[in-house]
Amino acid sequence: MKLLVCISKTPDTTAKIAFNGENTKLETAGITFIMNPYDEWYALVKAIEIQEKWGGSVSVLHVGPSENDAIIRKALAIGATDAHRIDTEAVSADQVAFQMASFIQQHAFDIIFTGKETIDYNGAEVGGRMAAQLNLPFISFASHLDIVTENEAIVKRDMEGGTETIQVNTPFVISAAKGMAEQRIPNMKGIMTAKSKPLNVVTPQEYSPKISIVSHELPPAKKAVQYIDPENMAELARLLREEAKVI
Amino acid sequence: MNASTAEIEKDLFISNKVDLFAGHDYYKIDDLLDEEHKMARDAVRDWVKKEVSPIIEGYAQAAKCPVHLFKGLANVGAFGPTIPTAYGGGGMDEISYGLIMQELERGDSGIRSMASVQGSLVMYPIYKFGSEEQRRKYLPGLGSGDLIGCFGLTEPDHGSNPSGMLTKIVEDGDDVILNGSKMWITNSPLADIAVVWAKDEKGIIKGIIVEKGMPGFSAPEIKGKWSLRASITGELVFENVRVPKANILPNVQGLKGPLSCLSKARYGIAWGAIGAALDCYDSALRYSIEREQFGRPIGGFQLTQKKLAEMITEITKAQLLAWRLGTLANKGEASPAQISMAKRNNVNMAIEIAREARQIHGGMGITSEYSIMRHIMNLESVITYEGTHDIHLLITGMDITGINAFQ
Repeated sequence: MKLLVCISKTPDTTAKIAFNGENTKLETAGITFIMNPYDEWYALVKAIEIQEKWGGSVSVLHVGPSENDAIIRKALAIGATDAHRIDTEAVSADQVAFQMASFIQQHAFDIIFTGKETIDYNGAEVGGRMAAQLNLPFISFASHLDIVTENEAIVKRDMEGGTETIQVNTPFVISAAKGMAEQRIPNMKGIMTAKSKPLNVVTPQEYSPKISIVSHELPPAKKAVQYIDPENMAELARLLREEAKVI
Repeated sequence: MNASTAEIEKDLFISNKVDLFAGHDYYKIDDLLDEEHKMARDAVRDWVKKEVSPIIEGYAQAAKCPVHLFKGLANVGAFGPTIPTAYGGGGMDEISYGLIMQELERGDSGIRSMASVQGSLVMYPIYKFGSEEQRRKYLPGLGSGDLIGCFGLTEPDHGSNPSGMLTKIVEDGDDVILNGSKMWITNSPLADIAVVWAKDEKGIIKGIIVEKGMPGFSAPEIKGKWSLRASITGELVFENVRVPKANILPNVQGLKGPLSCLSKARYGIAWGAIGAALDCYDSALRYSIEREQFGRPIGGFQLTQKKLAEMITEITKAQLLAWRLGTLANKGEASPAQISMAKRNNVNMAIEIAREARQIHGGMGITSEYSIMRHIMNLESVITYEGTHDIHLLITGMDITGINAFQ
């Protein structure tokens, strides 16, 4: 099967987030960037598992400049076959989805994977937008994927209080959530072979932005914990009413 | 213990403590590394966080070896990373090897020791000095963790002076008869094979591969260690062990055989010690910002800042030393004396940082809530094994004066 995994770059989960003076852009100095964990742990590993069982190839697709190649190499070290990088800065879900879908239109993939969302903007938009442009079925937040034949799959989605099971024919777009697979740490052999795997640079399509970010605001700093004497329930009630405003 | 029992046992020791370690690179030494180096380091760091950190305190407290990690170390590629891939190694360079050791020792010196012995002291001599048959027979199994190896040089009465060894081989037809004993052998009670150094009838030191199950060969465990408690250590006892001559490493004789293996392992320790120091510094830095006394974080007091500032200074110096040694090693130009200097300096740096970090953690520093006390106890072995702190000083002394002060 020909499988494609769309990967994104996000700040490390422990990064201290700050914005530039106008609050329009992330301050990247001192931040370590990683492959979006939903893309890496679930989408990519599931695709590799399918390839190991059914044969074929796993390609990865990324939108970003060459400084992001380390993330792509990691995907190759984990086990992807080859990689394509669309050589432009990623600015919005709409733009990334447009660039990726335009690339996919020129190739034939059986399954197109994304993570359920990126852990920075949490938009969960790219998969759906791509599927719309490609006119393909889209299954979001999938926690299980079983290939029945090379043309058919059964997908499970965790829902509030239960599970939904879906039958779908290839080709389709799927966004992977926790449960889909287990994280694989690249081994030294994978790291060494990744160096010689193809990483193709793709020229981006013309794109005019439809949205622009006006500003970001950080959540208010957490306040210190206040201890209240267990005898003083009136004070607790007063604080909940007047300060926390929850009763 | 078989693998499945080991897997079940692992669950007994799982803690829910989160490993928050982040690397420290004050001088942007990462800029000197290439992509392969950083990927290897980050992969092993992830592996340690996933497989070692959650269980290591439990195993160390119980003085048990997490045997299941042999397979894990093999899978991640920590055994023989510089040995060519055709023989089950990783085909990587010396800096990647060093960074792998750094990350393993960041987790625990005992886990790093498991990998040092398997890779540098067992796979390396078989690769370097073994026949093609010996390479084909043992290296793939050692690389995949299906075989566990150990290295027998030190004897009960011959530690810093290995040339005085008493273990000997005597020819008998197609075999040799091996007699003697070896002491302080990492992995020995679990080992399937031992690379043993012994003198022949002419007093020439030879390397010989002894297999588990050969009559007269036993490997009793040394118990009661307060250091490297998660790593298993034992003796090797040979009583008229008949070993085929085909098991002798054909391409080396004399002390340079074992010493070249030790250079390889000591090189890894020079990097490994940085890992232990980084873990202690990282924990102390975080604790000093979180812990408040007299109404403010203890990191705001000058005496704590002095400790922390000196720690990162010493770590940075050690990182530069290791990086330069690695670039020399990549060119095949790292001398044994240069390796001695790095091993001695970096292990001493780590043990001193561990002790200072213990003080910053106050009473909490002695508990298994933090890795500090475990690192201190481990480093007491690391500063002694693979050439003691004093012996390495004398190696430098001999190198610069040309005069041997050993005897």
